[in-house]
Amino acid sequence: MTADLKRTPLYDLHLSLGAKMVEFAGYEMPVQYPDGVLKEHIWTRTKAGLFDVSHMGQAFLKTKRAELGSDAAHADIADAIETLLPGEIRKLKKGGMRYSVLLNKDGGVMDDLMVTRPARDDMQGVLFLVVNAACKDADFKHIASKLKDRAELDIAGDRALIALQGPLAVNALQTVVPGVETQTFMTMKPYHWNGVYVIVSRCGYTGEDGFEISIPNDSAEEFASLLLTHSDVAPIGLGARDSLRLEAGLCLYGHDMDETTSPVEGNIAFALGKRRKEEANFPGAERILSELANGPARLRVGVKPEGRAPAREGVEIVDMNGAKIGVVTSGGFGPTANAPVAMGYVDFAHSKTGTLVQLMVRGKALPATIVDMPVVPHNYYRG
Amino acid sequence: MTTKFTKDHEWIRFDDAGATIGISDHAAEQLGDVVFVELPEVGKTFKKGDDMAVVESVKAASDVYAPISGEVVEVNQSIVDDPSKVNAESMGGAWFVKLKPSNPAEADELMDEAAYKAYLETI
Repeated sequence: MTADLKRTPLYDLHLSLGAKMVEFAGYEMPVQYPDGVLKEHIWTRTKAGLFDVSHMGQAFLKTKRAELGSDAAHADIADAIETLLPGEIRKLKKGGMRYSVLLNKDGGVMDDLMVTRPARDDMQGVLFLVVNAACKDADFKHIASKLKDRAELDIAGDRALIALQGPLAVNALQTVVPGVETQTFMTMKPYHWNGVYVIVSRCGYTGEDGFEISIPNDSAEEFASLLLTHSDVAPIGLGARDSLRLEAGLCLYGHDMDETTSPVEGNIAFALGKRRKEEANFPGAERILSELANGPARLRVGVKPEGRAPAREGVEIVDMNGAKIGVVTSGGFGPTANAPVAMGYVDFAHSKTGTLVQLMVRGKALPATIVDMPVVPHNYYRG
Repeated sequence: MTTKFTKDHEWIRFDDAGATIGISDHAAEQLGDVVFVELPEVGKTFKKGDDMAVVESVKAASDVYAPISGEVVEVNQSIVDDPSKVNAESMGGAWFVKLKPSNPAEADELMDEAAYKAYLETI
């Protein structure tokens, strides 16, 4: 491991739990614990898995043009961030959150992110942002420079982020932070735990019910250790995080989306707000609206290999005549599906569910079908 | 019966009938839970170092190379049917293929168990 890799506040805890550490986005992160990826995956789908996602970027974006604490202040900061993304932020309720994408001028995705309107009255005019680890420096530079005249970006380098995911996550977390059981999917609430301010969001990256907890670095290890004393909670590494999100049909930025793909091609058009489409005032609106009207050139789809052989990133997708129609962007073996699971981009003409295709795995054409995502149904708590 | 090892973590064991080949405990452990195995057809011939089989875990795919040259005389269908056997019995019941060596002298270049253990210390 090279010396210049960064470590999260949970680094020592990972080592004490026997984690195998790997480089990820400039950090030394746990890829798996002694149980291994397969068992960790199944554990998360049936109980509760604890993930260190402190490498992700957290920041608070504050309006400079209105006094914090009013609806007008929220409207102003929402208008500011809406110049960079296509989501409906203005109409978010207090404590509501949205999945969105930062767009470049051509409508390509610079990153995907979570945007949250704080629940607290005195925090109106602030947005809480969570972005991908690999993109965070570029994202924050982009946001700060584009909005420098009207908003201030406070990067929360002093906060860790812990995800607790799985059907029993709520039972475990409410023993530590009472009240979280009342939150519904895609809502955030602030709490005090042991004298520190924690931000709990009911969301995640596994397809399961669960939470992400933002907590000061100094308290992260104690908090995580306390959760791990619960018999239903086990630590889960990045390996299972990847197979879980793959089964859930969720994009991994840099693989399933990049600066060339639009949100329509990426099959996340749900992230385009209705009012935003009518106003057509987000970066790349012309391309994105044209793709919505006429169909994109390519589309991200689920691909189900017929046999047992996994088709991994980079595998070519060809039609029944052997002509190339696309490429797998994420693929592997889904422990819950008990089958290979893949997603990728295909020409729009071949993107219909049920289309028969072939995957070129080690020089052999293996039969596969275009399928709906997710492969494993989502299990979110909507109240 | 002697067991030898390659730097790519295959093992090969010789008896009167020929050579049996598998992957080492170390290789199985590094891969993690094996979920897929692809074996060659009986009758296929390989030169030393050729890709001979594929073994995949949830996260990664890995090639299994022929430790010596020869012809495949038998394959172990039981690890195709139950890939987890590779983790449980990597040095025994989870052998991959049996080869009829075409140049048995190639085995002289492989490591014995002590040399392989020493090699593992260096990686």
